[in-house]
Amino acid sequence: MRRPVNEIKLRFPSRSANEGFARAAVACFAAQLDPTLDELGDIKTAVSEAVTNCIVHAYPDCLGDIRMRVRIFPDGCLEIVVSDRGCGITDVEQARQPMFTTGGTERAGMGFCIMESFMDTLRVRSRPGVGTTVTMSRRLRARLSANAAPGGPSD
Amino acid sequence: MKVSYRQEGRTLTVALQGELDHHAAQGVLRGIEAAVDTRLPLRCVLDMGGVDFMDSSGLAIVLGTYRRLRELGGSLALARVPNQARRVLSAAHLDRFVSIEGGGT
Repeated sequence: MRRPVNEIKLRFPSRSANEGFARAAVACFAAQLDPTLDELGDIKTAVSEAVTNCIVHAYPDCLGDIRMRVRIFPDGCLEIVVSDRGCGITDVEQARQPMFTTGGTERAGMGFCIMESFMDTLRVRSRPGVGTTVTMSRRLRARLSANAAPGGPSD
Repeated sequence: MKVSYRQEGRTLTVALQGELDHHAAQGVLRGIEAAVDTRLPLRCVLDMGGVDFMDSSGLAIVLGTYRRLRELGGSLALARVPNQARRVLSAAHLDRFVSIEGGGT
């Protein structure tokens, strides 16, 4: 079992105004890994997609809890878990298909595809009536040997 | 999200400003569609120079605008696309059928 070197937990209601908060919070936390602007943009986009899914799909007619856990591992891996206790997804495989959406014309049906292409790994676990947990990770490479991941001797 | 319109001849430029996420984008596509329906441009340019952030909510706007223009026999181009938005567009392969003008930031 790998031990994280740093971890944050967030819990907030599924108000759409919190989409910006969630991605900004993750970006601030990830900044200690000295990511490139592109890496930071990719992570913010993936978080935005995961949180928007909770707001639009998990809790379509009510406000609910969204929980996030973000962890940094010694190898520079950033892991993000976004979970809800909303309506769940009946067919996860179908939901992950590009252009599939139940959200009407204002949604592109590309959320999972964006998460998949911007992160190294994406796992979706869902049970109808119970909720959905999305786990994704991205390894951020230290750009300079001096900028080692936090938790090192110089930390 | 701030949306402003500028028309020169049959070209309609729609300038988007701010963070283009689900929260900010609500109603934006309807507004653009209404402008396209009343002004009937032959060419529509989405000026994205002021977009600080964009996720798939932005894809829905680009796709919706593209479809409306095509129905009316017009064309769509994107201009001044920032790098982050460009990565989202190419992840969704939208850059294959919507033309992107000029360099990004």
